[in-house]
Amino acid sequence: MKAKIHVTLKQGILDPQGKAIEHALDSLGFKNVGNVRVGKYMEVDLDEKDTVKAEAQVKAMCEKLLANTIVEEYRYELQ
Amino acid sequence: MKIGVVVFPGSNCDHDCQHIFKDVLGQYVEMIWHKETLLAGLDAIVLPGGFSYGDYLRTGAIARFSPVMGAVKEFAKKGGMVLGICNGFQILLEAGLLPGAMLRNKSLHFICKDVSVKVENAATSFTSAYESGQVLKIPIAHADGNYYTDPVTLASMQANAQIVLRYCTPEGKVMPEANPNGSLDNIAGIINAEGNVLGMMPHPERCAEAVLGNDDGKRIFLSMLEPLKGNRKPLKMVGV
Repeated sequence: MKAKIHVTLKQGILDPQGKAIEHALDSLGFKNVGNVRVGKYMEVDLDEKDTVKAEAQVKAMCEKLLANTIVEEYRYELQ
Repeated sequence: MKIGVVVFPGSNCDHDCQHIFKDVLGQYVEMIWHKETLLAGLDAIVLPGGFSYGDYLRTGAIARFSPVMGAVKEFAKKGGMVLGICNGFQILLEAGLLPGAMLRNKSLHFICKDVSVKVENAATSFTSAYESGQVLKIPIAHADGNYYTDPVTLASMQANAQIVLRYCTPEGKVMPEANPNGSLDNIAGIINAEGNVLGMMPHPERCAEAVLGNDDGKRIFLSMLEPLKGNRKPLKMVGV
């Protein structure tokens, strides 16, 4: 099973990289762009067939290491 | 005193800290490789600056799981003095020994320059050799020093005098213009509620000798060597 994990800064927390990209897009003429958020994308192969168990594992990984939940939020898909 | 300086893969200010305690202040220093799990007979521990584990994932995120960190947590829990400088501060945050988290500098730049920092609380084990309100010239060198915490924790830290160092103008005014990295409330250094764990982004070890042209940082280390003074009140315990 493969977990695809996205980690981004929580809404409401300033994302300076997102802001810089937003400004760059604006200067390129993409005038309808807003709220750009930059994050991390991780893929993790799991030797686990049970989706419920895999999900519990991925959640624990995110909480313990992959995201700092003080400032970041995460979401994942299992395939 | 016996000081332990932890060495993570990627630490690069470890020998500067060793030099200050050993050669400048004449103390016994033990360099502690991050794989150690037993820390015996130490009076204080320093987590030095650098780029532990290449700053992969987040600054300090992987170092906090180093074998030595269990022992550092135990040491702190028993009231031992722990000083985290720069990357050391980031590790203390990730390890939960101090509240909050670091974000990328607002400017996105790695900033390496002298800044002015105000000693807001001179009644701690790390700042007792300073005067309250004293302004220090001290270098910073980081890309992730934009301190963040939730409003409830911030209010609790403010009420409890846990914000020990703030970025300010050379005249001592704490204002947004003097904030190099976007740090919440101009925070440059904080202490835990128990008063034994301090994290600071500026590098006192880089300005602790007159021969370097600046020794404003020396009294951080001198403070740690001082026995408890009568005027030093232990910080209150505040539930966060």
